[in-house]
Amino acid sequence: MAEHTLSILVDNKPGVLTRVTGLIARRGYNIESLSVDKTEDPRLSRVTLVTTAEDVPIEQIKKQLHKLINVHKITELTPEDSVDRELALFKVKAATDKRPELIKLTEVFKAQVIDVAADTLTIELAGDHNTIAQLEELLSPYGIVEVARSGKLALPRGNW
Amino acid sequence: MQINGATALIRALEDLGVKRIFGIPGVQNIEIYDALLASHIEHVLVRHEQAAVHMADGYARATGGVGVVFATSGPGATNTVTGIATAYMDSVPVIVITGQVHTTSIGTDAFQEADITTITLPITKHSYLLKDVDALVPAVFEAFYLATSGRPGPVLIDIPGNVAAAETSYHKPSAAPTLPSYKPTIKGNARQVKAAAELIAAAKWPVLLAGGGVVSSNASKEVLALAEQAQIPVVTTLMAKGVLAAAHPLLLGQPGVYGTPQANAALHEADLIIAVGTRFSERATADADHYAPRAKIVHIDIDPAEIGKNIRVDVPIVGDAATVLGALSERLEKTRRPVLQEGESLAATSLPSSSSSPEAPPGVSAEVPVEAPAKAPAEAPAEAPAKAPANNGLYLNTTHRVFSVFNELLKACEDVIITTDVGQHQLWASHLLDASKPRKFLTSGGLGTMGFGMPAAIGAQLAFPESLVVCISGDGSFQMNVQEMATAVDLKLPIKVAIINNHSLGLVRQWQELFLEHRFSHTLLANTPDYVKLAEAYQWQGRRIDTKGEANNLKDNLRWLLKSEGPALLEIVVPTPDLVEPMIKPGGTLTELV
Repeated sequence: MAEHTLSILVDNKPGVLTRVTGLIARRGYNIESLSVDKTEDPRLSRVTLVTTAEDVPIEQIKKQLHKLINVHKITELTPEDSVDRELALFKVKAATDKRPELIKLTEVFKAQVIDVAADTLTIELAGDHNTIAQLEELLSPYGIVEVARSGKLALPRGNW
Repeated sequence: MQINGATALIRALEDLGVKRIFGIPGVQNIEIYDALLASHIEHVLVRHEQAAVHMADGYARATGGVGVVFATSGPGATNTVTGIATAYMDSVPVIVITGQVHTTSIGTDAFQEADITTITLPITKHSYLLKDVDALVPAVFEAFYLATSGRPGPVLIDIPGNVAAAETSYHKPSAAPTLPSYKPTIKGNARQVKAAAELIAAAKWPVLLAGGGVVSSNASKEVLALAEQAQIPVVTTLMAKGVLAAAHPLLLGQPGVYGTPQANAALHEADLIIAVGTRFSERATADADHYAPRAKIVHIDIDPAEIGKNIRVDVPIVGDAATVLGALSERLEKTRRPVLQEGESLAATSLPSSSSSPEAPPGVSAEVPVEAPAKAPAEAPAEAPAKAPANNGLYLNTTHRVFSVFNELLKACEDVIITTDVGQHQLWASHLLDASKPRKFLTSGGLGTMGFGMPAAIGAQLAFPESLVVCISGDGSFQMNVQEMATAVDLKLPIKVAIINNHSLGLVRQWQELFLEHRFSHTLLANTPDYVKLAEAYQWQGRRIDTKGEANNLKDNLRWLLKSEGPALLEIVVPTPDLVEPMIKPGGTLTELV
């Protein structure tokens, strides 16, 4: 099942996200991840959406999205011509004797410890999907208590 | 000058040229109705909001204008949903203006609160929930622009009661709304038009497939011009019935599961299909994977999302049907057509002899008299459609005879508009009743909404008081909006209803008979009302005939229906087992009949 990343510029108005996600769902696509916020123009929001479907060609979804009056522009981003980042927060069990190892691991990944508690550390990592998955794998033997992950953010490479 | 939102709304509707609104008042649109009292806009008080939308829809389909509906919040709004979905599926411009609970109550499950903008998201072209009274007038103008431009469709405007009551000022927008994210393409890409013209010039078996978009675009003239210019046979979908006059020699009828054999055969054997304003619905294509296996496909549509959605396309052209067809005709003149130069029609010269091409389309050759018929009829392949429509005096069944007789009488009348409900009677009507012009056969094609027919007839009759408006209904469908008989009386509308009563939900019954080994699960309507008494109760005229006993009275009674004063109803009892034929097997290609 092919994964597609769509960067969609929409009106920054109430209800617009419902229109976008509702349409994707009812036209047979799954939403794997989603992130939304204002752009450099406060009238517009950027929806970055990772989506998959078995039967419906991506062109069809793009055309349907274009029919929404609040959708201004749709760009399909491929790994070759775009940069992308996800953010993950891992709360990990961290007994005193394990802490040096965990902090070392954090440094290797250029991650940060953003909270230290009596028996846990919370580690923040921004990176691509695979790097985050890798860190998650390495952290799991220590005991991951909770994870929060953002959707993918992406922009095309190069000049405007 | 400060006025309230409701008054501003009515003024906007007046400035937009609205003459008539269909609706029902309630608590949350009470201000709007109050403002309406001071307007010259006529209001049609209906008995159910679903019917209000069908009336507005019928009005829009018949006129090419916009239909407008008022409904209150909650149940008033949710009652419009089926009507909106019907208009959406058939791309009809309807504006539905609903009341909503006060902005301070939204989200509290207040009395008669329903989130109608969200409920209707999948079935509207766009919608507005207006929480700011100053946004009201621009939104109304924008809504009309969206509903009528590009691919038309319904737009919903939800106005909370306190917004309608709030003060604002009225400024008529000086220009049409501009929306940076919405710019329908009207003119087709010139290179694509050229490519299409070249395909037409080279094609031996072209077929022009016209859909509802031809009607929306008022492009019948252009279809006719192109068809005659290049001698291309024309297939009209259910939504395009009447685009070519029924008697036109190039018309092959309707495609699809319930299509005519000649239309289906022509599409199946075509080497080129020029599809205009049609979405290749599965009812029209049957088995989409094996649709028109030999044909290259030119698809002209104003909605780019329809191109390539259901059927592969060789030459896509996004644009308005009339504009693109005009350009295509013009381009075709430049691409020298040898066939036309010899004074022969394409259809005639391209007929293969039965020996050289045994799989030749039986429909095209057998059914279409062309301008140069020297070779055509003689070389028609022998395997003419096994089940030709009953237009040669041999009726397939009693109901076919009813419709054929009806058609003869209707043809003798001037200025007829036919509406239908949904089911067997709809398909019999589409097969056996003629439409001489577009916008004269109004039917719920996409959604298939039972209960559409009579309200649509009311809408059409209001638009055309002099026309003879006839609703063909069934005993199942008619009861789904029967209450609107009262509305017709209120308005003194002389609509005519013919109820084809086979005491069943006939089309489902037909499927059960054909495909579920006669297991008639809940499709028999044993206890239908006494329609003559019902007519009397509503102050209509009513008659009943049974085709079993009073066969000879059929013509007289049909004539009575058409000539009667005021609203009239004729119940025609027909045999339950009568089938809609011919029909394509479920999952079959266009040539695989049941």
